[in-house]
Amino acid sequence: MFARRSDLALEQDGHSRFLPWLIAFMVFLAVLALAGTFILNGLVATWDHNMSGTMTVQLPAADQPKKNQANVNKVLKILRDTPGIQSARAVTSGEMMGLLEPWLGRAASLADLPLPQLIDVTLTPGGDVQVKALAKRLDAAVPHANIDDHRVWLAKFLRLIRTVQIIALSVLILIGLATVGTVIFTTRTGLAVHQEAIEVLHLIGAQDSYIARQFATRAMVLALRGGLFGLAIAIPTLIALGILSAAMKAGTMPVLTMGVDEWIMIGILPFITAFLAMMTARFTVLRSLAKML
Amino acid sequence: MSNSDHAWVVRFENVGLRYGLGPEVLQDVSFGLSPGSFHFLLGASGAGKSSLLRLMYLALKPSRGLISLFDRDIATTPRRLLPELRRRIGVVFQDFRLLNHLSAFDNVALPLRVAGVREQEVEKNVTELLSWVGLKEHLQAKPPTLSGGQQQRVAIARAVIARPKLLLADEPTGNVDDNMALRLMHLFAQLNKLGTTIVIATHNEAMVERMGFPCLQLEDGALHISGAQDQPMEADDDGSESEEPFVLTAMPGNARYGSEGRS
Repeated sequence: MFARRSDLALEQDGHSRFLPWLIAFMVFLAVLALAGTFILNGLVATWDHNMSGTMTVQLPAADQPKKNQANVNKVLKILRDTPGIQSARAVTSGEMMGLLEPWLGRAASLADLPLPQLIDVTLTPGGDVQVKALAKRLDAAVPHANIDDHRVWLAKFLRLIRTVQIIALSVLILIGLATVGTVIFTTRTGLAVHQEAIEVLHLIGAQDSYIARQFATRAMVLALRGGLFGLAIAIPTLIALGILSAAMKAGTMPVLTMGVDEWIMIGILPFITAFLAMMTARFTVLRSLAKML
Repeated sequence: MSNSDHAWVVRFENVGLRYGLGPEVLQDVSFGLSPGSFHFLLGASGAGKSSLLRLMYLALKPSRGLISLFDRDIATTPRRLLPELRRRIGVVFQDFRLLNHLSAFDNVALPLRVAGVREQEVEKNVTELLSWVGLKEHLQAKPPTLSGGQQQRVAIARAVIARPKLLLADEPTGNVDDNMALRLMHLFAQLNKLGTTIVIATHNEAMVERMGFPCLQLEDGALHISGAQDQPMEADDDGSESEEPFVLTAMPGNARYGSEGRS
């Protein structure tokens, strides 16, 4: 695939000098888009896993703590007798404090607030709970008790994330197409510049692939150079974004991290780009030479 | 020309050529060149000599008629097989067409390299041939730094380095002095003796007379043949044998390149 030597003075071409810079920019954007997709994948997986197997039952605050406890026990019994529910437990006041702390601060006292009582319900994996019927029964036992199964919220959220991912992948495809277009343009210019030399090679019996190989190798070298540079700038950017997101960490926001395989995917992006550039240059030259006798 | 049993290196049958919608520059050209023949191609400027050569070295397609090279009809030969045919043809272009960014050595090495010859052999044969044409001191010189005559010798060396079966030369001695012209003609004659079919387009009538080979004469786009046809000529008939050793030691005479055998 690689030319051992070049008969065409492609390395002296002024018109191809901008190619590595353009490719560097493309790879930089591609790395960000790809990393964005991976991070969103991670978020989806975390939230999906954490939320789809759970429900929360909310009981309105009663006038007296004793009545509160009685309501909780009533509801827990109903829940534990319901098929499809693995476990149910009341959220302790300490946990409530932890949840409210980011909004109300450490000084707030739970005793002073008429807080609803929350019950954390874990569903049996694969079990089918009749949420509407259960809600009716709970309402009969404790008026105004309601069930939040997160599903509506989660479905909307997932749809949003998927849309963002599709946009990121579209951006990635557009970047690929722009790279291909740039390489085609550069190669065609090269063909025009070296037309005379190409004709001589052609007439002394060079196969089309012999000529195409020289352009393909050149495009690969330039693209790899640009791609590695783009990657070298993109990685610190990603790390900086990761540190920033960790610093902003709030209760519901997982840290933006990627797995080793995802880092590897990002690492091979310049090589994929170089391969794409090489094949593009090769086919551009072959198509052009096919018009010669 | 109708002897179908005969093996032809080049055969033209009623070939016509026109550029675009212009008039025909070649009309009903028919001739055949046997293996090992030597012809001069004569004609006034604009008579179509270069066009005829371009048809022969597969740079052009005829507008009509049939062209066969090495008994292959060019019109029906798949494009991917044409490079192999081209490698059997050596061409000395009128304007040399050397690659200016390559050294004299690399220019001459091109036909061997595109044929995939090992670099060791390339090195040996190219150096030898360039030394013989008097360019030993200029192996690494770029063509723009060479004189017209030196460039012409590089062009000739490039055309003959792979020991072609057919050598086509357009005014190959136009820029060299008489002595070098004669020397180069003897190189061609030696190649011819080794079996290469040769066609040389020239205006140098003295040279044509001296060498005594038959002529293809182009006049107003039509071809006339003079002299004995299809007979390989003895180059040394004019008594130039004394200079004999130069070619065969300098030419990669004993080497075989690529897959095709040499006769």
